[in-house]
Amino acid sequence: MTDPIPSQPETADAVITASDLNLTFQTNDGPVHALKDVNLTINKGDFVSFIGPSGCGKTTFLRVVADLEQPTGGQVTVNGVSPEEARKARAYGYVFQAAGLLPWRTIGGNIRVPLEIMGYSKAEQADRVRRVLELVHLDQFEKKFPWQLSGGMQQRASIARALSFDADILLMDEPFGALDEIVRDHLNEQLLELWGTTGKTIGFVTHSIPEAVYLSTKIVVMSPRPGRITDVIESTLPRERPLEIRDTPEFIEIAHRVREGLREGHA
Amino acid sequence: MRNILPILTVVAVIVALWYALAVVLNAPWAYSKAERAEQTLSFSEMVSDTMAQKKPRLPAPHQVAVEIWETTAEKKITSKRSLIYHGWITLQATLLGFAFGIALGIGLAVAIVYFRVVDMSVMPWIIASQTVPILAIAPMIVVVLAALQVDDIVAKGVISMYLSFFPVVVGMVKGLRSPDGMLMDQMKTYSASASQTFWKLRLPNSVPYLFTSLKVGAAASLVGAVVAELSLSQNGGLGARLLAGSYYGQTIQIWSALLSAATLAALMVMSLGALEKATLKRMGMAA
Repeated sequence: MTDPIPSQPETADAVITASDLNLTFQTNDGPVHALKDVNLTINKGDFVSFIGPSGCGKTTFLRVVADLEQPTGGQVTVNGVSPEEARKARAYGYVFQAAGLLPWRTIGGNIRVPLEIMGYSKAEQADRVRRVLELVHLDQFEKKFPWQLSGGMQQRASIARALSFDADILLMDEPFGALDEIVRDHLNEQLLELWGTTGKTIGFVTHSIPEAVYLSTKIVVMSPRPGRITDVIESTLPRERPLEIRDTPEFIEIAHRVREGLREGHA
Repeated sequence: MRNILPILTVVAVIVALWYALAVVLNAPWAYSKAERAEQTLSFSEMVSDTMAQKKPRLPAPHQVAVEIWETTAEKKITSKRSLIYHGWITLQATLLGFAFGIALGIGLAVAIVYFRVVDMSVMPWIIASQTVPILAIAPMIVVVLAALQVDDIVAKGVISMYLSFFPVVVGMVKGLRSPDGMLMDQMKTYSASASQTFWKLRLPNSVPYLFTSLKVGAAASLVGAVVAELSLSQNGGLGARLLAGSYYGQTIQIWSALLSAATLAALMVMSLGALEKATLKRMGMAA
């Protein structure tokens, strides 16, 4: 499987672009090619999922976009500038695999962390905390401490925190990976609703094929050793997606194509 | 309440061993007194004598208990023979030294965590400082600080600091480095400055480590103050009582000063423990 993925044309709407992106980690066991020749364009308002087995570089790609990892070759732009400049301009909110709430702060207090750092006024902070908590349906929980919330609620609080400072881009690294199926379905539904109301551009890393198909406008299938893109699938599903859409032939067909892509990458 | 029975058992065993040792160690003096008086001692006479000598090699527990009672409850606290008077002097020096030690320890830890140069250059000296016997350098510190016209209590505090800053540095370095990679990355995504990361993440996250260090440091700090009082005995304190006791062979006085020092240390550690429990519970970090 060596045929290169044609790089997509850059449009005026491009929010994130990667061209010939390479990242090699030097380890004691020799170099590891986490990303090899990755070309990708993410447009404004896209919901892009990255799917693939462990070690395929999906998380690494997201971290490069967030300036948490430095590429060893190629170009990445975020909002037309380098990832570092974008990070300093607070262009994105990042949701990690774990909620990462500080135990000594209330839910509201946790959401205030980025707001305090970014220097919002007290009144503005209070206003924003209330607004994002409503967005993730946690408005009753502002004064509660993280340990008083379930895992799913904690993850919602962490999404609220990433939304609080109006970044247009939301980067999510397997945010629901540790949650059970039922909670996950529920959060997926809520995430779509949130995406619909806020119009954010979302980069979403996942292990789950149904999750990727259900959520995305674009699915990036990746494979490991070296980490590379094997397929980019434009979803034909409408933007309005009830959970039942997962039983439609269209959905099943896209899921099938994702599965094929994953299998090919393994061969 | 569940803990009380094992503790009482241990105390009972210690007291029993202590009595047995007192009999063994004090018996020669009991026999030698009897010999000079040309008497012979029965076993029970010998045992009762070993429990009631004026300057026993090892005073029996009840002798120490009586001495402590007489020098605390039955003396005015302004009396120079009151253990409370001396204990208070020691406690003041201990608390001052502990405060110095906490400040120095936290300051050094922050410098070590934020500046690699400090980490590489200062850490070996910090470790080396603890290999020097405090008993040997305490008198020198006293002489130097006296020449600089520093108050005696500050001199004692400095010696006490010398012992107590170490656990604070070690614990705080570990504590300030304790936030995991994800939390540090998170601060980076907010484009937080080093000082914002310190106040909002590193410092609060280090609190459990700080308390562990403080409990060790409090005891070390008291040892430092007592050692300092051996060199500055004119000002009194439990260390001075120890020294006076050993000059005049007053073993009962030595043991009661020792037990008072141990009690003082235990009280400090226990209050820190209570503060730790309350704080960590409030911070949602209770183990």
